[in-house]
Amino acid sequence: MATILSTPKEKTTSVISPSKKVTLRVAKYNPKTDPKKKWVNYQIPYEKWTTVLDVLLEAKNHLDHSIGIRYSCRQASCGSCGMIINGKPRLACFTKITELDTTMVTVEPMKNFPIIRDLVVGFDRLFKTHKRIKPYIISEDSEITTKTTELLQTPKEVNNYIQFANCIKCGLCNSACPTMATDSLFIGPQALAQAYRYVADTRDKGKDDRLKIIDESHGIWRCHFAGSCSQVCPKGVDPAMGIQLLRGYLLGFRS
Amino acid sequence: MEKVDENKEGIKGMVNPRRYGIERVAYLLMRLSGLGLLAYFVAHIYETSNILRGRVGWEEVISITQTTEGHVILAIVIGMCVFHTANGIRVMLGESGIGVGKPIRPDYPYPSPSQNARHKIAIYSSIILAALAMMYGLAVMFGE
Amino acid sequence: MRESVIMKIHYGTALAAVALVAVHVLFRLTQGFVDSLTYESVIANYRFLPYAGMLEIILILLSIHGFNGLRVILLELKQGRSYEKAVSYGCIAAMIAIIAYGSRTIFMTNMGMV
Repeated sequence: MATILSTPKEKTTSVISPSKKVTLRVAKYNPKTDPKKKWVNYQIPYEKWTTVLDVLLEAKNHLDHSIGIRYSCRQASCGSCGMIINGKPRLACFTKITELDTTMVTVEPMKNFPIIRDLVVGFDRLFKTHKRIKPYIISEDSEITTKTTELLQTPKEVNNYIQFANCIKCGLCNSACPTMATDSLFIGPQALAQAYRYVADTRDKGKDDRLKIIDESHGIWRCHFAGSCSQVCPKGVDPAMGIQLLRGYLLGFRS
Repeated sequence: MEKVDENKEGIKGMVNPRRYGIERVAYLLMRLSGLGLLAYFVAHIYETSNILRGRVGWEEVISITQTTEGHVILAIVIGMCVFHTANGIRVMLGESGIGVGKPIRPDYPYPSPSQNARHKIAIYSSIILAALAMMYGLAVMFGE
Repeated sequence: MRESVIMKIHYGTALAAVALVAVHVLFRLTQGFVDSLTYESVIANYRFLPYAGMLEIILILLSIHGFNGLRVILLELKQGRSYEKAVSYGCIAAMIAIIAYGSRTIFMTNMGMV
């Protein structure tokens, strides 16, 4: 049996100090039992690769099991761990402690979403508005009907919408939007960007349906191009661009 | 049906310009200047209606506006008007899909083409233009 | 009316108002700010039909643009069927009132009723 005589020392350019600690400040609130939100602080050690989700799970596993948090993939693919981190909506798994450049990390539930408990918020409204814009290809043509072939697209045609297909429904854009801050009926940047995603798809024939849905008093016209949605999007969807391009159809600049 | 607390940021969050760059500052200034200009417009309609009271009525109301405070208020109105116009043209072009970039395959670190330098330059230019117009207005009003 | 039609009117009135307000301001500057505000000068301006017509158009354009802007802001602040109806009709009423009040000044002065 082979024995390991020695292990090679890993060469690193920067010195990692395991004694580095961050103060994690968590907003704890259960609307069913608590009269108001309270802040709880935890001291958590971190490394240069530690994410906010890592420190939250460290706190949950070793210091306070009661912290309410929703997460899944840990790689910015599922869109579950959106929260307000140091005042801005971000994904906890996609935000490193070091990039925040502070010793105090404050985490709160996303704004403009009802709180279920602590950092977990309800997505009912987001899913409802998302479904409202018909987030699927509307077409009579089908690959399975006779006499039709594949619905081919050129790379250029794909580029028209692929950016918007990156949406992971994390809700950060809706949380950052200034209209969502006060308007309970606004359709929101997430759904509007998805409306553009399907309108810009050459296979889709539902443009008129969708334009009708978004052309109402709490629809696309309540966006004022503040761009906060695009600034917080962790996947480069750029909802602000999608919304303005979509509005071009209603103004007659696009067809 | 049970009323759900939507945890909305509210007006405080809507008017907070600090977190999302100059675009959010422009959004706030656009709203404030719009409301300010509407208030001025209504006041101006009332002010000019005093002409119907003849020379005495007109000179009475003009004497109120021809004061230091009146000139400063008018200078602020000039600034609001210039900013609202210049930024309004930027927003209108943007909202028509002009100058917001083209969709691309996003790559890390995922920059947002719609939040481009052209828009930032346009916002800063609107603010500078408004400041220059205010200064010109003050020079005209206090120079005479 | 569909929201897109309202917003097209909003943009159109804005662009037209920019051009006409610029002319209105230039009138003040070319005549000299203080001199242009003397009683005689103002009366002369009002009695000059093209200028009075331009003032009337500015009045209509800015009333539509301004009160629609106010409606948009108010609709975003609070929601509810009765509130939204009150805001919409309230803004239309305010718009009509301002146009009527401003038009009275323009017409009466233009027709020499001062």
